[in-house]
Amino acid sequence: MSSQGIEKKQSVQELIAQSRNKKGKKIIEKLMPLILIITAFISVLTTIGIIFTLIFETFEFFQRVSITDYLFGTEWLPFSGSEPLYGVLPLILGTLKVSVIAACVAVPLGIAAAVYLSEYASDKTRRIIKPILEVLAGVPTIVYGFFALTFVTPLLQQLIPSLKIFNALSPGIVVGIMILPMIASLSEDAMSSVPNSIREGALAIGATKLEVALKVVLPAALSGIISSVVLAVSRAIGETMIVSLAGGATPNFEFNVTGSIQTMTAYIVQVSSGDAGYGTTIYYSIYAVGFTLFIFTLSMNLLAQYISKRFREEY
Amino acid sequence: MVELMIKNSDQINMKSQKQAVSPMINRVEKNTVFGTKNFNLWYGEHHALKDIQLDIKENDVTAIIGPSGCGKSTYIKALNRMVELVPIVKTSGEINYRGRNIFDSSYEVEELRTKVGMVFQKPNPFPKSIYDNIAYGPRIHGIKNKKILDEIVEKSLRGAAIWDEVKDRLNQNAYGLSGGQQQRICIARCLAIEPDVILMDEPTSALDPISTLKVEELVQELKDNYSIVIVTHNMQQAARISDKTAFFLNGEVVEFDYTDKIFSTPRDGRTEDYISGRFG
Repeated sequence: MSSQGIEKKQSVQELIAQSRNKKGKKIIEKLMPLILIITAFISVLTTIGIIFTLIFETFEFFQRVSITDYLFGTEWLPFSGSEPLYGVLPLILGTLKVSVIAACVAVPLGIAAAVYLSEYASDKTRRIIKPILEVLAGVPTIVYGFFALTFVTPLLQQLIPSLKIFNALSPGIVVGIMILPMIASLSEDAMSSVPNSIREGALAIGATKLEVALKVVLPAALSGIISSVVLAVSRAIGETMIVSLAGGATPNFEFNVTGSIQTMTAYIVQVSSGDAGYGTTIYYSIYAVGFTLFIFTLSMNLLAQYISKRFREEY
Repeated sequence: MVELMIKNSDQINMKSQKQAVSPMINRVEKNTVFGTKNFNLWYGEHHALKDIQLDIKENDVTAIIGPSGCGKSTYIKALNRMVELVPIVKTSGEINYRGRNIFDSSYEVEELRTKVGMVFQKPNPFPKSIYDNIAYGPRIHGIKNKKILDEIVEKSLRGAAIWDEVKDRLNQNAYGLSGGQQQRICIARCLAIEPDVILMDEPTSALDPISTLKVEELVQELKDNYSIVIVTHNMQQAARISDKTAFFLNGEVVEFDYTDKIFSTPRDGRTEDYISGRFG
């Protein structure tokens, strides 16, 4: 037995030695990290490249249009030939209208769904409903877009006769539906990670299930819930297809939600798909608007990160 | 009187005193808080508690001892129906709290748990301020007046012997406290709704010896006003702090008697084996 064992061991060692001496393996060992480093850098560099292009072209835009006119102007009329106006506030307002409506729809519904899934649903129900929610998150936004235009808008017109074909309300609601699964799913994760011992502590002093859910679990999971909301709203701000299809192309600085609007994203789509010549002011304006949008979403993402770190409950 | 034995937790001493303890000092029969009659409990197919008969008396500290898996935690969790959080639990028989069967369909579990508080094995304060932890119970039961709440918080924290340590930081998160302090916060949280009974499920098993001593002293003070049922792995602890002890084994009550009797002249051989450390 023992001599056989030794023999076997030697032969395996020999095989290992043989394969170690193969040239190809050594080269791959040295080459692979290099390839991996390159791929990592490509993703970082492209991001940096995009940001720099954005900054340079935005800078070019501000050579032509004064930055105060851009930031504080209340009229966005780039196509009026003789005297184009580049006041970005109407576009920002359009984006905010849609995002606020979306948040009004998605935050209460999303959190309520999360409370149900985390505190009330049986394991079986949760296992069925959560994947369905996540499928909803995978529906292409263009589908949501024509859903808004061809289904929600006519439906809303039954209720509000003054509603225009293109308006802020319908895309706002549909963007809300789009970000709802994100809020529900992330908030549910946050609530499920509250330890059971804390729920038991509350139940043991006579709290009802609802009191446990609303007064113990919800506050304990608040940081996760808030950051899910911020991330979702950041998606709503950046959302493009739904608002391009159903929001219209009329930037205006009015506070009603029934008329046509234009969001920052929809303006970029309009110019990109149109025939603004390279080097024109209109061409550079999309970079300025893109940069403005980037500042919005970046600050939302940083806010989400800050909230989830700063307010993380320790248990 | 019961404390006779209690100072002497050393087991050899206990055995030598076995004969010396005079059989009886007159014991006053107290009111029954929990009367358990033919109580059975199953986790699915597993028969976890078998025909339990046990009367828990007012203002007693009742210790429940036994090896792991003997059903002692299951029993104490049945007393406030926390055991029902496990969905596959089935029960038969009765546990009467002050004469009323808690497993009656008409018995509201929130009402029961308002009367029967619980302290858990691992401290489980809420991730809130110390003040809000204590005020949580009174608040959900409808007490909103700030002045009354302030009084309740102070009284409960004093009752749990932790007021002096936390009075200057009531607004800080309870998770900043040490494990022993957290456990006393949990006891204070329980006291805040002035329950009738306090159930303690191995309350010191996650604590260091000094914190354990503090909690034990606290139990001694609390028994004047509350009936206490305490599950413990630590036999010395049972001997030190309890008036009566129930020994559980494989889901049955092997012996239930005054603590001094259990530890000096156990009637059952298995009890003697367990308390003398031959198994468990």
